[in-house]
Amino acid sequence: MISMTDFLIVSAALFCIGLYMVVSKNNAIQILIGIELMLNAAVLNLVAFGKFDRFTNGGQMFALFAIVLAAATTAVALAIILNVYRRYKTIDPNKVDKLRD
Amino acid sequence: MNLVQVLFYIMSFIAVVSAVIVASTKNLVRSVFMFFITLFALAGLYVLALADFVAITQIVIYVGGILVLILFAFMLSGRETLNVLHQQKKSFISANRVAALLLAGLFFIVLVNMILKVDANNLLWIKKALATSSVVLPTSDMTGNIGVNLMTQYLLPFEAISILLMMALIGAAHLSRKEQAQ
Repeated sequence: MISMTDFLIVSAALFCIGLYMVVSKNNAIQILIGIELMLNAAVLNLVAFGKFDRFTNGGQMFALFAIVLAAATTAVALAIILNVYRRYKTIDPNKVDKLRD
Repeated sequence: MNLVQVLFYIMSFIAVVSAVIVASTKNLVRSVFMFFITLFALAGLYVLALADFVAITQIVIYVGGILVLILFAFMLSGRETLNVLHQQKKSFISANRVAALLLAGLFFIVLVNMILKVDANNLLWIKKALATSSVVLPTSDMTGNIGVNLMTQYLLPFEAISILLMMALIGAAHLSRKEQAQ
């Protein structure tokens, strides 16, 4: 039986790598990949603790909901990225700094 | 140390190392394709946590849906911007990256410290679950149980998330269409 602490440490490592990508990258697609990594770390925690809930399946169920939410988020974010590219000809979030049209 | 533990360490090693490569490589296409490997290794970790249905969902939705979407956005957003970004990265490499590394490293230390203090194997509700034998066993049929629970106990979140998915679909289609002449 795998100990819970191992799962938690792997998930913490993945979360911190995602955090590093979100903070340091200057490409919107790579920032999106960082967010996906952080979401996957959270899902790993949910699944690992869901092992102790056989009858109502709380952890696995909300892991499924989190995966579906990540899919919806990615679709909308990629549509926004394509729009930004069409307007500014760059996908660097530091350069997209105009609020008006 | 039995076979399951060995598999767990191999899977988590692959996941963490490929995530580090995703974060550190300069080539954008390579980082997207290394992200595939991270997701597959995470699906293996879900299987080892006895959540086979979540693992299959992870492969179908992430690898089949999200990564293909990312690749499309990547190819549609043009090659010359990527080259420009490459040159900028070479010029000021340090200040931005050192701060991010510091933030991520310190946060990791805080998280590991907290995990070691909380001692997750001996939490109260986990002990109660062990005592009442409501732990998932490798032989128990989880997929059928998930289906029954989805239609009874979690019906409201299920319906809410279906409406949210439809809204996200319509919103993405609306955002990404061509602007008409105004």
